[in-house]
Amino acid sequence: MAYTLTINGKTHTVDVPENMPLLWVLRDVLDMKGAKFGCGAAFCGACTVHLDGNPVRSCQTPVSRVGGRKVTTIEGIGDTPIGAKVQAAWMEVDVMQCGYCQAGQIMSATALLQRTPKPTDAEIDQAMNGNICRCATYNRIRAAIKKAAGVATTEA
Amino acid sequence: MNAPFRSAPQKAPRLSRRMFLRAGAAAGGGLFLSAKLPGIAQAAQAGAPAAPGPALNAYVRIATDGIVTIVAKNPECGQGIKTMLPMLIAEELDADWKDVRIVMADNDPVAYGRQVAGGSTSTPTNWDPLRRVGAAGRQMLIEAAAQTWNVPAAECATAPGLVRHTPTGRTLGYGALAEKAAKVPAPKLETVALKDPKTFRIIGKPVSNIDNPAIVTGKPSFGIDVTVPGMKYAVFQKCPVFYGRCMEANLDEIKAMPGIRDAFMIEGGKDLGGLSSGVAIIGDTWWHANTARQKLAVKWDEGAFAQDSTDGYAAKAAELMTQPPHMNIRTDGDADAALSRAAKVVEADYGYPFVSHQPLEPQNCTVRWSADGKLEIWAPTQLPEPGRQLVAKTLAVKPEDITIHMIRCGGGFGRRLSNDYMVEAAAISRQAGVPVKLLWSREDDMRHDMYRPGGYHRLKAGLDASGKIVAWKNHFVSFGADGKFISAAECAPTEFPARFVENYRLDASLIPTQVPTGPMRAPRSNALSFAFQSFVDELAHAAGKDPLEFQLALLGEPRIFGEKNTRDGYDSGRMATVLKTAAERAGWGKRQLPPGHALGIAHFFSHLGYFAEVVEASVDPSGQVKVHKVWAVGDVGSTIINPSGAENQVQGSVLDGIAQALGQKITFAEGRTQQANFGQYPLMRMASAPPVDVHFVLTDNPPTGLGEPALPPVIPALCNAIFKATGKRIRSLPIDPATLKTA
Repeated sequence: MAYTLTINGKTHTVDVPENMPLLWVLRDVLDMKGAKFGCGAAFCGACTVHLDGNPVRSCQTPVSRVGGRKVTTIEGIGDTPIGAKVQAAWMEVDVMQCGYCQAGQIMSATALLQRTPKPTDAEIDQAMNGNICRCATYNRIRAAIKKAAGVATTEA
Repeated sequence: MNAPFRSAPQKAPRLSRRMFLRAGAAAGGGLFLSAKLPGIAQAAQAGAPAAPGPALNAYVRIATDGIVTIVAKNPECGQGIKTMLPMLIAEELDADWKDVRIVMADNDPVAYGRQVAGGSTSTPTNWDPLRRVGAAGRQMLIEAAAQTWNVPAAECATAPGLVRHTPTGRTLGYGALAEKAAKVPAPKLETVALKDPKTFRIIGKPVSNIDNPAIVTGKPSFGIDVTVPGMKYAVFQKCPVFYGRCMEANLDEIKAMPGIRDAFMIEGGKDLGGLSSGVAIIGDTWWHANTARQKLAVKWDEGAFAQDSTDGYAAKAAELMTQPPHMNIRTDGDADAALSRAAKVVEADYGYPFVSHQPLEPQNCTVRWSADGKLEIWAPTQLPEPGRQLVAKTLAVKPEDITIHMIRCGGGFGRRLSNDYMVEAAAISRQAGVPVKLLWSREDDMRHDMYRPGGYHRLKAGLDASGKIVAWKNHFVSFGADGKFISAAECAPTEFPARFVENYRLDASLIPTQVPTGPMRAPRSNALSFAFQSFVDELAHAAGKDPLEFQLALLGEPRIFGEKNTRDGYDSGRMATVLKTAAERAGWGKRQLPPGHALGIAHFFSHLGYFAEVVEASVDPSGQVKVHKVWAVGDVGSTIINPSGAENQVQGSVLDGIAQALGQKITFAEGRTQQANFGQYPLMRMASAPPVDVHFVLTDNPPTGLGEPALPPVIPALCNAIFKATGKRIRSLPIDPATLKTA
């Protein structure tokens, strides 16, 4: 089946099975390696992308269900003002250890701040709890979200 | 070399080792320093294969525009070494960090010596040699400037990125000097002058991870992101029962499925760390291959191992506990006699499960064979050279015909010290006749790990009337056979409190198993700390003493046991200091805690690092444990090379340990791993992650590594806090909320 996808503002046409998850269309068909494969079962959030600004697990999103919704990935999130702020905060706080989950973390954090510009700790917990960081950089993820949001960091 | 990624992720070009040398040989290509280093004692590398050859090498390149390219020699798996090791060179080179570019070395033991991410060894083994590499370069640049100005070298000094003639104030940038400096004979590394640490400009300053820009923008950075022209994608189905063999499979049906290029059986051998028996499926995308796998029907010969189970091991352990131990590991004094005289005797059984590494990037490897039988491997591996040897041996290829590119690992934790996925990818690519990226599913990764072994301890200790420990006896039931422990299952005769208790006895018995095991972050220590530091806390309470005071009394006066700064050496003064500091920072005994909250404290020495940690926790009526905060204090020597990376490692280690304690357990039934994905094997998540306060005590000792030693103390510190909060002692991991339930 041919599908036309709008990804990071560009149109791509792909000929793939309807049940092929968006993750694998991005990674293995369109060669966009930013979204990561971690569990294949929506436990880890490494594959998080946005559909019309909403975070979704691309490993659980069949390409046929994307429709006309705009796909934004880590490769394009820096073109949004909040995404760029989140990326900058991630670098400033030096969040990363291995870095593998961080694309998904940044996508979830950006979606959070797009809806909730000044999140509380509880709102951060709720928005980020689906994204596993195996290196457990959670203290810094929280600090980076607060920095991007311009809210005070509570002392550890 | 074909670039492993279609778009270049680095600021500096990715250079293969061969290109690097070619470029260096070209006139005007810049300065190359190739440095033979003196062999360094590798006492810290127990459990790893011997280093091939006596020397390390390191390389620096300075382009005419002043850009300094430094090779990072060791695999990067999130420990920050790709940033940190070049800091050592850049510091002594007096490079300006903003002009430094870093490239990852290929596997090349001739050029770089031992390349490993394991055992927290990169810092202690490279701290001196890599600074000397930088210092030698600086000396050559000074010499080149002195020649240019026709002045004595002694009149010249460096400032970041340039040489200055002190009397006249003239300066020349490193870029302008590079060509001449490359012709200066390299000084002997033993003789070069190192900086006074007080003048460090890079070492000791927080330096951001060099790959941050690539990662936050989603540039291809990891093994899973590697693409080579014409590449296909592979899955490899192994028998769910360890050592099971593939007898037949519906290969024709699989091959006829959409997007499938090939399917075939791999015979494999008997070493689970090598090439196992299984079925490979090659697809146009990984999803095609993995989807076809759902239709795969294999007839397995499950073999004898299908009898093994966790319940069986537990029953065997209980039986062995009633029998004389198989062997003695250490005896000091007479523990039985002292126990019979003791004012109070405390007995407890501790147990912990097998656990799994679970780096978030599943195992993967990309391989391309050339027509002449040589092969190129792109591998996220912690230990590339043994991988090369494994591939060479298994597939009957000459090691020199194998090139391994070390690719950033999406987590390691010890899993990628084994190279099973590497030899699988090489075998599959050869048979498929195309370049192949093998990628494991999460289920593959959980079912075919080299697990951290479980273990059981029957502990018995005697206290005298003053509350001092006068006897400590342990019957340790672990895994192995014929007097030999399986990988990562042993307990060293020097493990604390050995040497601190006059009458001490450690015996062991072994349960045979063929479960594949291996080192996992803070191997051995990550389990032993729980049993020993929890039991010390039990003894403190039995003695009616404050656990901090009791621990300090046990450590006693500052003194050194064994050889200083070795894994068997123990400096009780260093430990007492971190223990006191952690207690102070946590407000131990001084701070009014919220209702229901309690503090627990523990310490552990591992991987040359001294760590003490305090956990503040509470338990709700349903038995759910909440960790509110952790204070971690470490002594890893004189210098924290990169404070940003160091804090991150400690926080990650602490949270890793808490996640293990709260829910991680691998069990076996009928020879199979019963857990398959994160739903059954919970990793730490944001809402459960407490703030971790990190502090370092600096002492006059060589700097040591931080990948591991912060993990072990947190598990007993948590369990000790739970005891304080509830009066219930956790003696089995993971913590079972049902045992803590009050309503």
